[in-house]
Amino acid sequence: MRKTILAAAAALLLAGSFGAADAADKLKVGFIYLGPVGDLGWTYQHEQARQALVKELGDRIETTYLENVPEGPDAERAIEQLVRAGNKLIFTTSFGYMDPTLKVAKKYPNVHFEHATGYKRDANMSTYSAKWYQGRYIQGIIAAKMSKSGVLGYIGSFPIPEVISGINATMLGAQTINPNIKVKIIWANSWFDPGKEADAAKALLDQGADIIMQHTDSPAAMQVAAERGKLAFGQDSEMIKFGPKVQLTSIMDTWAPYYIARVKAELDGTWKSEDTWGGLDSKMFEMAPYTNMPDDVKKLAEDTQAAITAGKLHPFKCPIKAQDGTDVECKGGDHLADGQILGMNFYVKGVDDKVPGK
Amino acid sequence: MELVEAIILSVLAASTPLLIAATGELVTERSGVLNLGVEGMMIVGAACGFAGAWLSGSIIIGALCGIIAGVLMSLIFAMMTLGLAVNQVATGLALTILGIGLSGLIGAGFVGERITPAPHLYIPVLTGIPLIGRIVFGEDGFVYLSLALIVAVSWFLYRTRAGLVLRACGDNHVSAHALGYPVLRIRMLAVMFGGACAGLAGAYLPLAYTPFFIPGMTAGRGWIALALVVFASWLPGRLVIGAYLFGAVSILQLHLQGAGIGIPSQFMSALPYLATVVVLVLLSRARTGGSTAPAALGTVFVPDR
Repeated sequence: MRKTILAAAAALLLAGSFGAADAADKLKVGFIYLGPVGDLGWTYQHEQARQALVKELGDRIETTYLENVPEGPDAERAIEQLVRAGNKLIFTTSFGYMDPTLKVAKKYPNVHFEHATGYKRDANMSTYSAKWYQGRYIQGIIAAKMSKSGVLGYIGSFPIPEVISGINATMLGAQTINPNIKVKIIWANSWFDPGKEADAAKALLDQGADIIMQHTDSPAAMQVAAERGKLAFGQDSEMIKFGPKVQLTSIMDTWAPYYIARVKAELDGTWKSEDTWGGLDSKMFEMAPYTNMPDDVKKLAEDTQAAITAGKLHPFKCPIKAQDGTDVECKGGDHLADGQILGMNFYVKGVDDKVPGK
Repeated sequence: MELVEAIILSVLAASTPLLIAATGELVTERSGVLNLGVEGMMIVGAACGFAGAWLSGSIIIGALCGIIAGVLMSLIFAMMTLGLAVNQVATGLALTILGIGLSGLIGAGFVGERITPAPHLYIPVLTGIPLIGRIVFGEDGFVYLSLALIVAVSWFLYRTRAGLVLRACGDNHVSAHALGYPVLRIRMLAVMFGGACAGLAGAYLPLAYTPFFIPGMTAGRGWIALALVVFASWLPGRLVIGAYLFGAVSILQLHLQGAGIGIPSQFMSALPYLATVVVLVLLSRARTGGSTAPAALGTVFVPDR
């Protein structure tokens, strides 16, 4: 008996040491998440991509993630912790990790970093983001087609360029269908507060909007629309579960192809610092199936998506008029330059509101 | 007119969790204990409330699970601050952090699930009365419960002997002890009541407000409840006014934005807290009349024999 136990223990030890040796050969990849992995939105989508990555390359890599890491200086410790744990490629998945990531990157030149949605780079620090405004343009077209009241309800998180360019793209798309379309905008001043998002959706519907669009992360607004029998768009992830008869489509972040490509590059030794801003063509995000709309609207949405994907249609095609009717300077040839979209801080003509704080 | 009705309905729904949680905290603080863990107890109540309702299919069982979870959380706090005489502020903050983590763990399996929210009252003729019908006779059960609760608490604090003893513990625990009252036992019951209310308030969110569970869904409402108790200067009547005022500000600011009225939304979001600061200043200036903080609030009590 005693012998068997000893043998078993030895076997375990052996297996353990083999396991360790195995792990040492694997590339370690780390992730820093802003929210909980179960937020059904932003962080959830990053986690889905990590799982896809493990499925694809699991025999050659080992991944770790830290969730609920607050933005700002605190993030620095979390990132450094991943470095010290031996991670050689680290994805920091929120805008607010920009400076902390850069700081740690400067300290550890042999480790590679990937920062989402930021604009600061270094020899060992890449950035990646998606051209969500393309999806918003399609949503604008669908919204204008489906709205009976001609008033769209838009829940914003914070008045930052990404959100403002989303509102503008929505309106530019909607105006191609209905030049007199109106939008009511409510800022939640939060990325995530289900109660407040629901209240904002109620307020918009009470004020006559009949389509709910959101740039906040929870499915609460979708549920309100479902309760009132109105239509809505999801955000970040597939939210049709929360409004089977309500969701028109949703802009779904699909980071998996990018994560797999970057990790493969790291494994092959071809990783280099880059700035990736992927659109529909790069599959950095996808549109959820077009549902709860007539076939002609669906076809229009699909055609628009195909045209944008093929590069034949640019949502910010010039001329673009600012709120006061003047033409916006066109720095990108026949459309606005990327820099103008990335730094957008004005509304286009037709948005009857003011950018907060301006 | 329909818009007014819609706004009032939204305000009532938004105010109810604040009122319930603040009612509990008011009783706790009146007994002399400052429990800053309201947010933590609420979020655990939300997770357990949703889990209970989802597993049983019953909103009432969900609410009970929320209450029990809140009480269990408050017992951790009671054990630390009353049993071991640990600093109340630090323990309360730790309770919030613990609650946020714990609720994520409990709720992990339920993320993405849906339940049917609590039904609204419907009395054939009365609910149909224009304007006031739905507001008075068409709410969910939690709204009526929250009002009954604050009336009961007010009666208890000012019309019963037990309420007088509880307030005595909060104002001067040494005297209460000298008179032979079991200060620690009374405080423990008050803390448990606070926990039950916070748990119920948390459960209200996934059971009636936004019928799904997501980690962190209380989003700071526990802290507003704490501010509310100060705002109300520890008086139940003012607590009701304060809760509806806070709820009204949070809903009205959304409507003002939607209507395109140019008040910065950031300012409106900050307004409830600004109001709390103003009330604090007024309280400290007008010491005569009105009630101020319970004298022994936040101080530990160790019976010497």
